[in-house]
Amino acid sequence: MKRKHQRLFLGLAALVAIGGASALALSALQDQAAFFYTPSDVATGKPEIGKAARLGGMVEKGSLKHLPDGVTMRFVVADATATVPVQFKGVAPDLFKEGSGVVAEGSFTGDGGFVATNLLAKHDERYMPPEIAAKMPAPETLTK
Amino acid sequence: MIAEAGLAALWFAAALALLQLAMAGLGLWLKQDELIAAVRPVAIVQGLLAALSFGLLVTLFLQSDMSVLLVATNSHSAKPLLYKFAGAWGNHEGSMLLWVTVLALAGAAIGLIERKLDRATLTATLGAQAFIAIGFYAFLLTASNPFARLSPAAADGMGLNPLLQDPGLAFHPPTLYFGYVGLSIAFSFAVGAMVTREVGPVFARAMRPWVLAAWVFLTIGITAGSYWAYYELGWGGWWFWDPVENASLMPWLAATALLHSVNVLAARDGLRAWTLMLAVVVFSMSMVGTFLVRSGILTSVHAFAVDPTRGSFILVLLAIYIGGALVLYGARVGRVKAGQGFDLLSREGGLVLNNLLLSVILGIVLIGTLYPILAQAMGQQLSVGPPFFNKAAGPIALALVAAMMVGPLLKWRRDDANALLGKITVPVAVSAVTMALTFVIAGSIGWMELVGLGLAAGLAVASFAPVWKRNPLRTPMFTWGMMVAHFGVAVSLAGMAADSAFTSERLVAARYGQPYYVGPYRVVLNGVAPTIGENWSAVEGRVTASRGPVDGPMILLRPQRRFYSSPPTDTAEAAIATRVDGQLYAVLGTQDAEGRWQLRLWWKPFVTLIWFGGGLIALGGALSLIGRVRRARRNVKRWEEAW
Repeated sequence: MKRKHQRLFLGLAALVAIGGASALALSALQDQAAFFYTPSDVATGKPEIGKAARLGGMVEKGSLKHLPDGVTMRFVVADATATVPVQFKGVAPDLFKEGSGVVAEGSFTGDGGFVATNLLAKHDERYMPPEIAAKMPAPETLTK
Repeated sequence: MIAEAGLAALWFAAALALLQLAMAGLGLWLKQDELIAAVRPVAIVQGLLAALSFGLLVTLFLQSDMSVLLVATNSHSAKPLLYKFAGAWGNHEGSMLLWVTVLALAGAAIGLIERKLDRATLTATLGAQAFIAIGFYAFLLTASNPFARLSPAAADGMGLNPLLQDPGLAFHPPTLYFGYVGLSIAFSFAVGAMVTREVGPVFARAMRPWVLAAWVFLTIGITAGSYWAYYELGWGGWWFWDPVENASLMPWLAATALLHSVNVLAARDGLRAWTLMLAVVVFSMSMVGTFLVRSGILTSVHAFAVDPTRGSFILVLLAIYIGGALVLYGARVGRVKAGQGFDLLSREGGLVLNNLLLSVILGIVLIGTLYPILAQAMGQQLSVGPPFFNKAAGPIALALVAAMMVGPLLKWRRDDANALLGKITVPVAVSAVTMALTFVIAGSIGWMELVGLGLAAGLAVASFAPVWKRNPLRTPMFTWGMMVAHFGVAVSLAGMAADSAFTSERLVAARYGQPYYVGPYRVVLNGVAPTIGENWSAVEGRVTASRGPVDGPMILLRPQRRFYSSPPTDTAEAAIATRVDGQLYAVLGTQDAEGRWQLRLWWKPFVTLIWFGGGLIALGGALSLIGRVRRARRNVKRWEEAW
């Protein structure tokens, strides 16, 4: 193969690889990118039921309840204006507690609730999801 | 006093970096040998001063000097010594100081050790290194002074996040930084080479050991980070495609591509422009990573010590460095002479394929990581999770492993298709048989896991081919390195595929004495007892597990729920029992009103192979490095005469 042809071939191979990867990435994005909702987003626009989604907010104080089966819990995720009830089966992550920030992964149900398959609480105890921080008074920082 | 001395050392180091850049620039421009000769000692002193500054910060943490703001907010006098030590970099300011210290020490190391480059290129390289350092000194001195005082002094300090109080994590960030920042060296070398237009095999051979060293640290850092997330977070997962994890994976992917392309340049004088480009991309990726981790722009479970106001500063630095390098690249690449040509079916061709696939994976990870930011800028909240990355990057990663089976068997310059077919028969057959057997035995597993297991077996066999039937003593060390690293990839892949395909999981509300079953194990919670540590108290589950007959040997697992008082935090400490064929993993949850305890159990077959393989990959890199350095020693004499 002449050098010029080889270069052309390499260029084409690169195009094919990039094209294939883009196609893979786009199709994956289409059905897998989880939309992020805050409770106020949920209140204003109806999220699609059953589709992978993330819900972020603060765990409302006094809302955490454990069901009789011993492994399921229910709580309410809130931001400044709205709330969403969440059900989760599993061991809550370390920094999950009432009054703290949480991001729940799962999907919305028909009755306006959210079933979480995974809970993400931040490592940092002073953390609040940025989307929520914008809608809440700033947390105290150096207070000891 | 110590804080002020630390700050002074930092100022001096910054001034020396400026001086270093000015001397390198003027010296090269005016061809002043005295100026050029002074650049190396300045680089060395700059590195020492930065290290002194960081050492003084560590001293402040060890002494629990609560009159220093950073210590008061991130440490506590009642903390174990190791974590006082690690507290120095478990926060924004300290970690940025560590960043610049590693950067300056890397510059000093080049000045001290580098013997292959010609004098002008070395000077330009040190100038570029100083240029990068200046930005970070400015960042520290204007926006994140780690030595700021707190008046009046705090009584006790706020403590370090308990999740960070883990021996593994204490040394995880420095390891990662050595890798991350070490990659700046590749960038500086590329800039230096572009300035003096010396883009040939000499430049590649000079750059290679530095890239190798940085890559080894990065590999260790990523492997250790993955294991930390696995046992500390208690989620039983080893990779979450979290932005912060991606921030370290992206430079690793780029550096892996660079490691392979630099070999083509060093051995065959090919891929000149591409290798330069990769060196720029590699450092861009560590800058993007630093930006992602430090800016708090993303919702990440792993982001520690974030501060959005500082993100813009790093973004500006990023724009200056990357933009500047790209402009230089654009101006100079046209005049970089084309290297040697090669046949497509050759080792060079194989390495081009490797680079292509690695770049595509890098592109996917980059898009998946940055897409949510773009979407946010356009007013849409969105997050991209593991399903995207697995689905988009998984198939390409498998193609890459398939290419790895073939690549090392190819000859340089040109190879013969028939000869190649003969060489790959065995590995391909092993792959096929493994897949068929797995399918027959396990039946319903995902196609990616099935192909992954098959390719892992094939690669494991193929990786031995380059050393097969050779006299082991006369085989070069870097060939052994390549073999070990490629075998490590096979081991790691086998672990990943086995874990995704065969993990069994149970979530129970456990009553004392009642058996539960997970995988081959029968697990019983016998009781829960209080226990106490240096700065925590805990309740500890007494869990026994046995497989086979009921009276067989027992494993005792002790998962804990810990309570740290400063800052007040609950953490779950998973209990993990390691067996030859996998790990039994138990997490204790909370107790309910009826006295039952939440107990989450996993049986993870062969999961340990993931990190064992990561260790092998790093070991392979280290062996190659030793091989390269040894060989280079023999050439030093010639160089010393040339200076």
